[in-house]
This record gives sequence, structure tokens and C-alpha cells, in this order.
Amino acid sequence: MNLQPLGADLLTTLVFLPTLGALVLAFLPGSSKVAAKAIALATSVLTFGVSVLLYRGFDPAIGVPEAFAIDRPWIPQFGIRYQLGMDGLSLALVLLTTLLTVSVLLVSCGQEIEKLKGYLIAFLLLETGMLGSLVALDTLLFYVFWEVMLVPMYFIIGVWGGKRRIYAAMKFFLFTLVGSLLMFVAILYTANVHLHATGIQSFSLADWTRAASAGAWHLSAGTEALLFGAFALAFLVKVPLWPLHTWLPDAHVEAPTGGSIILAGVLLKLGTYGLLRFAYPLFPGAAARYGPLLAVLALIGIVYGAWVAAAQKDMKKLVAYSSVSHLALVVLGIVAGTGAALSGAIFQMIGHGLTTGLLFLLVGVLYARRHTREMADYGGIAARVPVTTTLFLVATLGSIGLPGLNGFIGEFLILGGVFQVNVVWAAVAATGMILGAIYLLTLVQKVFWGPDTVPANRTLTDINGWELAGAFPLVALIVLLGVFPRPLLTLVDGSVKTLQRVGMRVGPESLRPATPPGLKRLGVHELVAPRTEAVR
Amino acid sequence: MVADSMNQLWLIPVLPLAGFLLNGLVALVASSIRAEKESGADHPGAPLPYAQRLFHGIVGVSSVGLAAVLSFAALVPYALGSMQVPEGLTPIVQKVYTWMAAGDYTVDVAFRLDALSALMLSFVTFVGTLIHVYSVGYMQKEEGYGRYFSYLNLFMFAMLTLVLADSLPLLFVGWEGVGLCSYLLIGYYYDKDFAAAAGKKAFIANRVGDFGMVLGIFGVFALFGTADFSFVELAKRQVLAGDAPLGVYAVCLLLFLGACGKSAQVPLHVWLPDAMAGPTPVSALIHAATMVTAGVYLVARCSALFVLAPDALTLVAWIGAGTAIFAATIGLAQNDIKKVLAYSTVSQLGYMFLACGVGAFSAGMFHVFTHAFFKACLFLGSGSVIMSMHHEQDMRKMGGLAGRIPQTFRTMLVATLAIAGVFPLAGFFSKDMILGSAAATGHWALYAVGLFTAGLTAFYMFRLVSMTFFGQARGDGHGHGEHAHESPATMTIPLWILAALSVVAGLLGVPAALGGSDRIGRFLEASVAHPEIPEMSHGLELGLMALSLVVAVVGLTAAWRWYGRAAGPAPAVSPQAHAFYEKTGALGRLVANRWNVDEGIEALVLSPFRKIGTFLWRGFDALFIDGIANASAFLVELLGDLLRFFTTGHVRNYALAFTLGFAALVAYLWMS
Repeated sequence: MNLQPLGADLLTTLVFLPTLGALVLAFLPGSSKVAAKAIALATSVLTFGVSVLLYRGFDPAIGVPEAFAIDRPWIPQFGIRYQLGMDGLSLALVLLTTLLTVSVLLVSCGQEIEKLKGYLIAFLLLETGMLGSLVALDTLLFYVFWEVMLVPMYFIIGVWGGKRRIYAAMKFFLFTLVGSLLMFVAILYTANVHLHATGIQSFSLADWTRAASAGAWHLSAGTEALLFGAFALAFLVKVPLWPLHTWLPDAHVEAPTGGSIILAGVLLKLGTYGLLRFAYPLFPGAAARYGPLLAVLALIGIVYGAWVAAAQKDMKKLVAYSSVSHLALVVLGIVAGTGAALSGAIFQMIGHGLTTGLLFLLVGVLYARRHTREMADYGGIAARVPVTTTLFLVATLGSIGLPGLNGFIGEFLILGGVFQVNVVWAAVAATGMILGAIYLLTLVQKVFWGPDTVPANRTLTDINGWELAGAFPLVALIVLLGVFPRPLLTLVDGSVKTLQRVGMRVGPESLRPATPPGLKRLGVHELVAPRTEAVR
Repeated sequence: MVADSMNQLWLIPVLPLAGFLLNGLVALVASSIRAEKESGADHPGAPLPYAQRLFHGIVGVSSVGLAAVLSFAALVPYALGSMQVPEGLTPIVQKVYTWMAAGDYTVDVAFRLDALSALMLSFVTFVGTLIHVYSVGYMQKEEGYGRYFSYLNLFMFAMLTLVLADSLPLLFVGWEGVGLCSYLLIGYYYDKDFAAAAGKKAFIANRVGDFGMVLGIFGVFALFGTADFSFVELAKRQVLAGDAPLGVYAVCLLLFLGACGKSAQVPLHVWLPDAMAGPTPVSALIHAATMVTAGVYLVARCSALFVLAPDALTLVAWIGAGTAIFAATIGLAQNDIKKVLAYSTVSQLGYMFLACGVGAFSAGMFHVFTHAFFKACLFLGSGSVIMSMHHEQDMRKMGGLAGRIPQTFRTMLVATLAIAGVFPLAGFFSKDMILGSAAATGHWALYAVGLFTAGLTAFYMFRLVSMTFFGQARGDGHGHGEHAHESPATMTIPLWILAALSVVAGLLGVPAALGGSDRIGRFLEASVAHPEIPEMSHGLELGLMALSLVVAVVGLTAAWRWYGRAAGPAPAVSPQAHAFYEKTGALGRLVANRWNVDEGIEALVLSPFRKIGTFLWRGFDALFIDGIANASAFLVELLGDLLRFFTTGHVRNYALAFTLGFAALVAYLWMS
């Protein structure tokens, strides 16, 4: 299907359709909850539909974000443009975003929520912010969307959150704001560098990447390091990479269910997306130089996040720390930069969004009924809530990387890619496999298995139709992507190849794919591999 | 074409998968409806309606049975054909689709039928079907009947994937899949704390092994550029070049770590005894006959790689021998009938690794094969005992059951003699092949350990039979023993079949010294490495066999003298229960306490792990990192206050500041 003539409008439609829905909601007369839910749901489903249209019209051979491109002047006196476009990486994340938003709204249809209209509006505006960030190709436009995301999330935590919501919202806001302000300064500085080097005032990522890869900026190593540091810091706070992670458990614990799903499912991935889209291509030299440092932080994060997760008593905190561990693995894959590691990292971004999104959704199902997240308040409820138990088990197994489910593909490819670069990194990272099983199976054991002794759980009801409708697509994808991962791997293949070229050009020897130390080649490659003939 | 579809290997694992989906979905919907109905009740759950039970039973048994039929339709012609050709037939490899492809890693979903997988396939599907049939009777009163059969079907899917996989990554799918089913089935009685904990323990111990396994797979990729089993051919050619660098050694150790987790070798054996918390047919199928032998299968499958790293093989042999004797000593003193069998399984798995370690991979696989029959028979028999005793597992409360459940008794006796290595039952041939190989390769220390363990095996197995079946019923006063009755036909028929196979399965490997031709060894030659094992003189070989027999008989006799004869009346705890302690003292207590390995792991690993985790959270996260964040927020606040102090609003102060600043600037310029 050729969508190119439509394409220009499609991306704008994608980004601003949720805003339109939010506007309609805002002016919706009366306090009809049903109408509000219907409008919000319809908007999110339509947006998802648009993203599916984009998927069907997308050519996976494209390696740079130029699919469905739009390029119009926005603030011409400063050379700022309204520039949108996609590649496989952003498309994959767009699909995840629109799907998770539908899930969130479906679930909220099945649960009692105060100030419902405001809640729905916040999520729709949040969706615009996320989608905008994913398709914006002008760095300032990206920055605007990036900050737009911050505000609805701040309100979602601060208004609909738990007891310590104000503290958590402030902590979330301040951590991310410090990072993004640094990025803002770095954007302005880079634009200035670009102006001086080329004589063109531009914030366009495409222009910048071209200049950066041609070495036209003539940055000193120190300046490049500072700029890379500013960008990376903004993104790594979002990821969040150890030791910048402490805002996340608080934010998750206090956020309402929908907030947690989106936070873990999408917002964290915007951190790793930013690394891949901006920090690495723009400052490849610094990225290569400081790669080992990031790798060490990521390795600490993998072990540390898992270890602390094992000590938790609050379900949401446990899942939050598991995200710290899993996202650190993604960062490690990005640092390693081999084809397998990058594919795995992107796959894991999607996979983690599905599994952790589902975990938070199901914790929310229990919370909506019992108003507690303490594991000790549950126990032995498997017979009372068989469907929830089954779904939770699938999400857990997906999260700990059981082969056949999606988590394994990402983990396997990342570890395999890292192994090619540095065996020790791979070995340390692989301990996450053991630790992940420890904390997540403990969670399952404490909540669902064991004797059914808490009287308050006697009236616990199973997941309802709306919630199930929200959970089902996630479960289905967890299984499907585990068995048939290739559509997603193919989708991002072009982006991976582009990123690899960036890395290969400047990567120091230490980061090149090489034979791992200790594994001397046997010289078997001279031999012809005698693949036994398939007998049908 | 029917014949054509019979040759589609992928159908073999997919049939049980379909059974799992069907059973699982129906069970889930049914339990969901039930949960809704019984909301608010104290103890939800009632026996299933007959129609639903029938459905689960039929789907469960027929999906696996059909897979067994397909398997034999594929493997019998292959095996027969293979025996005709000196080199064996080429493996049948069928690619279904490309699973993943990224960077340098491409993994296909492809299945392989060769000598090794044919051997595994035969007993996995056969014993699997029997145990499904047995379960129909054994589990009939369980409310989780549907859940049980869906898990069991899922297990068969995973196990068959493991066996038929044509690459290490796909094997790993089955590998972790059987681990999952093991977790689910150990925790089948999930409302019991110990069952839930045992399931988790099994999964985590396996994960420790899988950590090595995953890295080992990447190592194979790095060494050979592929992880499908064509790498075995590459490794075989390398034998000629005679070069075994460090990398091969490391990869072998990593893969062996995976095998140790799955096959419960020291020190990762701790999960298997606890796994007995699951229903007894599960113990028979997963924790005795099939899954736990996957580690041996892995080592045999990668044998061409292992022979390139002789030091790794030596380690395999010693871990195996150590596990064999270590677990056997524990088995001497257990009073739970299933625990004895569990430690026996650990011990027998040790034998199999011992065989692999001395280079006799086909001997190891032969023992896998025979062990599947007699150990499954013993476990199913113990299930029949337990059921007749109304879920009593403590042998101290049994006794005198021989007359009450005669079929169970007879079949278990046969299997006991088989595992003890009495001529001419199955265990004699496979165990003797292992011990003979150890001796022939000059590993006399390993031989001695193996021989001594054989004696221990005979002792603890006959102790089990004596305490259970001989003497008089002891019981706890409720007299379960007096009312014991034989199990239904769905349970006894599988017992008889397995007992029969425990007698004859060894005939596949009759050594030349006894006039046989070692069929199984020649059949497996095409698939496993077969380093040159020096020929022993037939006289020496026969002498060693006689020695094995003597040791077995000594073990049996000792057990008979300690436990069998003392047939007193039935006080609550009979003298027999104390016999072990009386005669062995402190060492006996240590052995009964399983050498305190669990306690050691708790004190040295788990407890510090928890403490450090809590410290990192409460100490490092909350105090240190947030401390810095809060301190910087505090500093900003302080700076604001400071600025406010200077921002007094009095022009005079500003003028003073201005003057001082100007003076300082002038001074600075003048100085420089």
C-alpha cells in the first residue's frame, strides 16, 4: 500500500489525534462518565489504527528516519522546523505506545476512578507528548514534546497517586527536569557549533548527523564529551541508569495503575530511544570513549536493581526495581553496539514494555480490589483469581526471559551481542537471569501460592471484562513475539544497520566485535561446514 | 499422504502442545466459573464433575499417545535402517522456520532425528504415555485434575522439543520449558508452603545452571560460527588436528554447569529431593525418567566437543562419581519413601556422568535408557504404596504390605533387583558397562567409587523394600496398613510393563564377554564421540562382573539383616527405624541430615544475599543516593537563603558591595 501521498498527514494525525480527543473531552458538557470513556477510548483506538496503517505502509529497508517525512518551517528566524519522520525503531515504539494507551484506557473503564475526565485528558495529552517525541526530527521540536510529556505525568502522579504522591511527583519532576534542562543547553550549544561550522542555522537532526559523521563540527574531545554527557544524562535519568534511578520506585509506587503502565512501558524507553537517536549518532566519538563507563554503570544496575528488587515487600516497588535491572541490560546492549546487541536492545525495549506493562496492569487489578500493594496482604489467592494468576504467571515468565516468550529473545540477543565484545560483561549481565528468577518467583509465591489465610481476600474477585480486554493484547504479543520474533527484528533491522555503521566508524578496538579473549579461534572456518542435507 | 505426515518431526512435540492448550483453556474457564461461584467461601474447591475429568484424561492421554505413535513410526525405521549400515544413516533434519536472525546469530526452528535423539525419543514418549495413563487413576480425586494434565502435556511438549532440537538454542527452549513444568508440577499443591517453596527452589537452582548454559551456547557460536548440531561434525574433525585451546575447555565447563543444574549434580543437587513435593507420577516422569537425564543427553550430544578438552571430561567424571557416592550415602538414611528414591536418582545420574567423563558416552546413555524404566517403575510403585497407605510416605509407618498390594510389591521388587544390578536384569548391563569402561580406561579410583556406590545402592533399595513390604504393618494406630488395597488397573498395568522392561532393556547392551554384540554402543556410534577405549581381556571383564555381583549381593544381604528379618510387633516406631542410627552413630546422623548441605547454603549464600539486598535498598538507595539528592536540594535552598541575606533592599549595602567588589577587581588586575 502506498501511503506516501497520505504520509505527510498521517504523522501529524498520529501525534495530534489524542490532543483532539482531549479537547473534545475538555469541552464535553455534563458529567457523563460513559461518554467521556467512549470518547477517550475511541480516540486511542483510532490512534492505534493510524499506527497500524503506518506499519503496513512502512518499508523495513529504510534505515534512517525518513519514512512519512514532513518538513515545514516552524520558527524560521531561528531555523527551527516542524520536521517529523520515522524509521523502524520509532515505528516499533509508536506501536507500543498506542497499544499501551488503549490498554490503559480499557482498564480504567473497568475500575472506579475519581475525576475521571481529567484523568482521561491527561493520558491523551501524554500520548501526544510520547508520540511527538518519537517522530520529531528537529531537536527543538523533540525537546518541546519531551517536556510536554513531563507535565501530564506529573499531574497523573500528583493528583491520582497514592499517599506520598506529592513527594513522588516532585521527585520525578525534579530528576527529569535537571536532566532535560542540561539537554536544552546542549541543544542550543550544538546549534551554535553547527552554525559556526557550516554557516547554516538548523536544529534538524538530519543536518546535524550528516555534519557530525563528516566531522564537520571539529569538536574538541572535551567539548564533545560535555555535549554527549548533557544529552546522555537527560536520557539516562529517564532510563533510569544506576545511580540515577531512585526516583523510579517512588514514582511507580505512588502512580495510579495507568501511570505505572505508561511510565514503565513507554517513558523509560524514551531514555534508551534518545540514546540511540541523538546521543550516539551525534557524538559517536565521545560515545565510544565513554562506552566502557556506561557499560560498568549498566552492569552495576543489572545486578543492583535485581538485588534490591529481591528485598522488596511492595509489589510495585519490586517491579520498579526489576525495570532498573532490565533497562540496564538494554543500555549494555546499546553500548556493545554489535548487530545482535542492538537488535536485542530494541527488542527488549518493546518486550519489557509489554511484560512490565502487564505486570503493573495486574498489580493494579489486585490493588483496585484490595487497596494494598503489600505482598503480605495477599497469599494463596490463586484459586480465587485463576485468570489473574495465569496472566500474572505469563507476564512473570516473559519478564524472566523464558524461551518461547518475548523476554528471552531480547535477553538472548543482547547477551550474545555483548559476549562478542566482552565475555566478562556478558557473564556479569547473565547473572540477571538468576536474580530475575529469584525476585519474580518470590513475588508469585508470596502473592498467589501458599495457604489462603487472609480473611479480606475471601471476597476477592477475578479480573473483569474491561481489564481482561486491556490485558489480552499484551499477553498475546508476549507469546507471539517469543515464538515469531522476526517481524519485529525485521522492522528494526534497517535502524540497527545504520547505528552499527555509526559505531563501526569510530569505535575503538575495545568495542569492536572481536573474538572474545580466551576463545582462540579453532580455525574451523577454513573447513567447509558440512550441513547435513535435510531429508524430507 | 499419511506416510508423509508421519515423517513430519515437528508434529511430535506439537501434539502435546495442542493437548496443553485444550486442557489448559478448559481447566482455566472451569476454575474461573468455580471461583466466581465460591467467592467468599472458606475453602473453595470441590472434586471435578465426571464429564470434565473424562475430557482432560482423554485429551491428555491421547495427545501424548499419538505423539508416541508418530515417534515410533519415525524412529523404528530409522533405527532398523541404521543398524544395517556400518556408519549409520545420516541424521534426518527438518527445518520448520527461522526463529530469529540478528547480527551474527541465526537460529532455526529445526528438528533432528539421529541415533541419540531416537534413543531418547523412544523412552520419553513410551514412559510418558504410561505415566499419563497411570495419572488418570492416581489423580482422579484431585480438584486440579485439568491443571495437572495441561502441565503434564506441556512438559511432554518441552521434553520432546529438547530431544528433537537441531540446535543448542532450540534445545534450550525445551530445556527451560521442562524446567518451567517442573516448577509448576512441584508446586502443584500450591496451597502448601513447602510445595510452593520447593518449586521455586527447583527453578532457581536450574537457572544457576542455565546461566552457564547460555554463555556456553554463545561460546559455541564463537568457536564454530553456528550452534546447530552441525558444530558437532566440526568438532569431530578437529580431533584429527589434535588442538584443544582454552576456549573449548571454558565452553565445556559452562555447558556442564547447565547439565549439573538440570541433572542435579553436586552442589546443584539440592532441588531434586525437595521436588518430591509434587504428585508422585510427576516424580516418576520428570524427576526420574526423563527431564533430569537431559544433562547427560546434553553432554553426550556435545561429546565431540568434550573430548577436545580432556581436563573438562575428568572434572565431569569426578563430579559424577562424587555425586553418586554422596547421594547414595544420604539415601541410606531417609525414611520418606520418595526421598530414598530421589537420592537414588541423584546417585544414578552421577553414574551416568561418570561414564561420560571416562569417555564412555554410549554407556552413559545406555544407563539413561535402562534407568528410565526401573526408576519410573519404582516411583510409580511408591505412588501405589502411598495411595494404599492413604498418603502416608513415612516408611517407618509401613511394613507388611507385600501381601496386601501384591502386584505393586512384585513389580517394585523386580525394579529393585534391576537397579541393584542383579544379573541379568537391565541395571546389571548398563552399570557394568560404566564400571567396565572406567576400569578399561585405567580410572581405577573412579571404578572403586562406582563399585562401592553399587553396594550402597543395593543396600538402600533393599532397605526400602524391606521396610515397606516385609514384616508386619506398623502404622500410627489408625491402621492404614491393615486397610491397604491394591491400586486400579490404570496404575498396575503401567507398573507391569515397566517391570518387564526393567528385566529386558539391558539386552540391548550385552557385552562381547557374555556373547553379546553391544548393539546400543554400535547404534550410538554415529551420534556420540567414541574415543578409543582399550580392550580388556574377557577374563578380567568377567572377573569384574562377578565382583559387581558380589557387591550387590552383599548390599542386599546387609539390608535384609538390618531391616528385613526384624519382624516384631508394631509399636509406633519400630526398632527398624532406629537400626540405622544404632549401627552408624554420628556419621549416620550427619548422613540422615543430608550432610547439612541445605543449611550450609542458607548460611553462606542465601542469608547474606538477603541481608545485602536489604542494605543496598535501605542503606545505599535511601540514605546515600537520595541523601545526595536531598542534600543538593537543601544546598539550593541554602543558597537561596544566602542570596536573600544579601538582597536586603538597602542601597547602602549594595553600594558597599559594589565598592568592595570594584576594589577587589582592581587589586586583582594590579597584582597580575
